Amino acid sequence: MSKFLVRLRPFAFIFVLLIVWQIAVSRQPGHLLPTPLQVLGGLAELIQRGLLFRYVVASLFRVTWGFTMAAILAIPLGLAIGWNRRAEMAINPFVQLFRPISPLAWIPISILWFGVGDFAAIFLIFLASFLPLILTAMNAVDSIPAVYINAGRNFGLSSSQLVWRVLYPAVAPQLIIGLRITLGIAWLVVVAAEMIAVNSGLGFLIVDARNAGNRYDLVVAGMVMIGVIGLMLDTGMRSLEKVRALRWGYSED
Amino acid sequence: MSSTATAVTQGLKTKLRAQGITMVFKRDGKETPVLENVNLEVGEGEFLCLLGPSGCGKSTMLNTIAGFLKPTSGVVTIDGEAVRGPDPRRIFVFQERGVFPWLTVEGNIGFGLFKLSKEEREQRIAYYIKLVGLQGFEKAYPQELSGGMKQRLEVARALAVNPDMLFLDEPFGALDSITRLIMRGELLRIWEKERKTIIFVTHDIEEAVQLADRVVVMSARPARIQGIVPIDIAHPRDISSPRYLELRDGIFEQIGLAHKV
Repeated sequence: MSKFLVRLRPFAFIFVLLIVWQIAVSRQPGHLLPTPLQVLGGLAELIQRGLLFRYVVASLFRVTWGFTMAAILAIPLGLAIGWNRRAEMAINPFVQLFRPISPLAWIPISILWFGVGDFAAIFLIFLASFLPLILTAMNAVDSIPAVYINAGRNFGLSSSQLVWRVLYPAVAPQLIIGLRITLGIAWLVVVAAEMIAVNSGLGFLIVDARNAGNRYDLVVAGMVMIGVIGLMLDTGMRSLEKVRALRWGYSED
Repeated sequence: MSSTATAVTQGLKTKLRAQGITMVFKRDGKETPVLENVNLEVGEGEFLCLLGPSGCGKSTMLNTIAGFLKPTSGVVTIDGEAVRGPDPRRIFVFQERGVFPWLTVEGNIGFGLFKLSKEEREQRIAYYIKLVGLQGFEKAYPQELSGGMKQRLEVARALAVNPDMLFLDEPFGALDSITRLIMRGELLRIWEKERKTIIFVTHDIEEAVQLADRVVVMSARPARIQGIVPIDIAHPRDISSPRYLELRDGIFEQIGLAHKV
């Protein structure tokens, strides 16, 4: 079979599912789900009203800020903690205590601190990203083989050279996996945060469509957009794993 | 049996002197003596093998000499200067293949050359790529290389900074027996060309007798020096000559192994 047909396979599968969906919904009288065509209509309506683009941008804006700030703070901090065994012993219980608390549990407090608006949502995304990233960085340092550090020291590297020339490259593959997983979490959290803390974005679209007249075609249209953008974010992060200097970290052997 | 190794091969200036090296590891409140009063002298340009059974403490000895470990007691001096830590004048070639997987062959060889100008660095890299026969792989990453090539790369990276000593910790242990034989020949060729002082740790008696000027036989843990065997055969060595077999069998006996399987 040609490569083109193989590539086409997942799309063909989705197409079949859509047809099954369309047939199943149209054969039962209740309103459990809109049909794919109604969802398509919903998407068209959102585009026409200029809402789709605005909401997607609003959601991406919040994720970008929350996630980037968390990465900028958590990665150097996590590496520093991982590097210093005593600091790790002191801080690890604290991190483990906060970790099981769902970022969504912070919604009331973030609204109390920042009011309803972008800051509250960004804060939630920041929280949701910060702990997984700091843990990733700490664990990544722990797993650097001692030979790399020893070799770096042997060649007479200063501490800062050791950080830039050995520590960062050695942890980069793991950091990128951590960033990818965390971006997925951040994208999950932004939807939930927008349902409560703000009045724009894809999460808001979903609750708003239901509250303002049970427009389930718009609800599902919002869900589809969340899925599509989530997939695009993941694909973008995955492409980093293809960088040649990093590929060693993902090989089988 | 003598517990010291002060008899440096005739005519060589003393490069390294280890005096009364004792090492005790403490873990979970338990003390494990690893090295016991080891005394060693190594001449400049000498090829010395530390030979002993697996886990006897010879790697610990090498790590102590290289400055990665601090002995519980005793002093190591190199060129009359006490060793306080690792030093780019003495490069350790690691057992577990210490090449950096995120750097290309060129990047690895140039790793320690950050103080040189760009041209000098490139010249050195090219020279050592040629010396270890990695031409054509300049831009390759270590995962694209075979085990023997990675080991040669690590040796090249070590030589590139022009150290006066090399410490090799069972460098060929993970290679297949054919590659291992080739690598021994390569190492001798490089050593004859560059005349670095080499301390080579191995548990392979044949390997030690093929390579070394002197073989330091170490006992099981806690490691002591059981004896020192000068190998008075010129390179290239005929490994079926009577003298070779005599020396090899002498070491077999010293370790307490019958030379029959």
